[in-house]
Amino acid sequence: MDLANFLIQLLNSVQYGLLLFMLAAGLTLIFGIMGVVNLAHGSFYMLGAYLAWSLSTQFGSLTLAILVGAVLAIVFGLALEWLLFRHFYKRDHLDQVLLTFGLIYIFEELRSIIWGDDVHGVTIPDALGASIPLTDNLSYPVYRLFMSGVCVLLAIGLYLLISKTRLGMKIRAGAFNRDMAEALGINIKLIHAVVFALGVGLASVAGMIAAPIASVYPNMGSQVLIMCFVVVVIGGIGSVRGALIAALLVGLVDTFGKVLLPSIAGMLVYMLMAAVLLWKPEGLFKQ
Amino acid sequence: MSTTTANLGVLPRGVQVALALGLVALAAFPFAGTDFYTQMVTRMMIMAIFAMSLDLLQGVTGLVSLGHAAYFGLAGYALAFLTPQGEAVSLWWTLPLAVMASGLAALVIGFFVVRTHGIYFIMVTMAFAQMVFYLFFDNKVLGGSDGLYINFKPGTALFGWVPFDLDNKLTLYYFTLALLLGVYAFLRCLLWSPFGRALAGIRVNEHRMRAMGYGVFGYKLTAFTLAGSVAGLAGYLWGAQTGYINPELMGFHMSAHVIMMVILGGMGNFAGAIVGAFAFEYLLYVFKDLPQIGAVNLGKHWQLWMGLFIVLLVTFAPRGILGLANKFMKRKATGHE
Repeated sequence: MDLANFLIQLLNSVQYGLLLFMLAAGLTLIFGIMGVVNLAHGSFYMLGAYLAWSLSTQFGSLTLAILVGAVLAIVFGLALEWLLFRHFYKRDHLDQVLLTFGLIYIFEELRSIIWGDDVHGVTIPDALGASIPLTDNLSYPVYRLFMSGVCVLLAIGLYLLISKTRLGMKIRAGAFNRDMAEALGINIKLIHAVVFALGVGLASVAGMIAAPIASVYPNMGSQVLIMCFVVVVIGGIGSVRGALIAALLVGLVDTFGKVLLPSIAGMLVYMLMAAVLLWKPEGLFKQ
Repeated sequence: MSTTTANLGVLPRGVQVALALGLVALAAFPFAGTDFYTQMVTRMMIMAIFAMSLDLLQGVTGLVSLGHAAYFGLAGYALAFLTPQGEAVSLWWTLPLAVMASGLAALVIGFFVVRTHGIYFIMVTMAFAQMVFYLFFDNKVLGGSDGLYINFKPGTALFGWVPFDLDNKLTLYYFTLALLLGVYAFLRCLLWSPFGRALAGIRVNEHRMRAMGYGVFGYKLTAFTLAGSVAGLAGYLWGAQTGYINPELMGFHMSAHVIMMVILGGMGNFAGAIVGAFAFEYLLYVFKDLPQIGAVNLGKHWQLWMGLFIVLLVTFAPRGILGLANKFMKRKATGHE
């Protein structure tokens, strides 16, 4: 593998890792703070991708579609939290698994009724359609760099939100000791709703910006959900920092595995997970 | 799990009578039903064996596995690989071998997963099952996404003597029924054995069991391996009955379905798992068979009805049919006082 090829694979793996982080961050926050295991998290990714497709064909602009879609997804998240999830925070994990599995069925079928079962493509905006030439015949698409850039910005925003703002302080207090936070006058129900909507928002934005390169198809949420589980397990449940490092690690192993060891590439990530479990059964950064 | 008492009691007299009646009904069913329904009930009994194997983990030991379908599918694949293109293969060595293959996979995966607890266990069992799923899905040699055909049902010849013929749908029905009874009896005995009591103890309080000197890791790994093997038995039967095996059988929808079956009937006593498997499979059949009303084909959207059913059930009756009956009976009892 020469340098240019190596650089391309490295950029691809970082981009994939960052995308996984956007999903895993929401999953790990929702678990860490509310104690809910959410199998339907992949559906929010799918929702984002379909929103990007249908809104961008409507508006003719992907940027506008992403902005409107993010707002719609957050409203959807708030409604879902209010209607269902808030009644399940103190329930058994088994109940949560079943609830969210039922929701996957409902979301998939509604998707089929509203948007159909066809595979769709989303066009890359003209401004980002260019490629950066690396050698005579190798180049790197600008859009992928743009994706990574968006993910990095959102990751920094998430970090600032949680560790530097008053809201973030309340979120951490609620995660640390729910009853105590409530006794101090923090509206914990509101905090939960905000965190849930944040998770839905992150997952759907990930789906939206991934839509032009991954295309939009039924059941696109399940595969990405499993990868997120692997990321969360490696990183340690509840740890956003762990999710970031694990997501980048999974991105590296998966991308370079496909190039260097194609015959067992599909298993490598799981082997990584098994190794981490042997070494640290509670993940690398258990909170 | 939320219940803190171990599930070791003898089943109530009413339930025992109901189970006996159910057995009589199952034994007599092929004489009343058509071929189609005989095959459907055979499939239900296979799923009941599968559900009981999960109940050993979920209801008895308190381990919620979201990847149990992997062991079910593996044994089916084992049968598919062992059956040659042009002839049948003997039941007597392929059945144990397929069950052992599932058991071995459960032993290896279990070695990693039983170290984890609660939510980790759910996620990790699911992730490993998906690993197995993609292994078969991605490799053309292993059948790929299309799956494999099993052209011949396993033969039963013993030194030239053929005791029964599984090609006959009725024989397969009674063969499955016999195995269902055998597995039920075996698991009930297990529940009453010191081993079963240790598992129940782990469910109620794992730390206390460890403090009392039980090797919790070994007990959980044994339970996981055993559950995987019994799931393999069900998977082998599935392969033999349908003659076709594909990666979907190992997917996480299948794993979630079997969790639903155990929940639906009530956990921890194996009888509930059987009832749940029959109820769930029947519901699936009803939802898929819904009529066309106007321009809307209700049956085509079975996932929507199943999803709504699951969400409503888990919201309003999280302890299944038996739990709902218990609640109702308690309310009636207090009303009389």
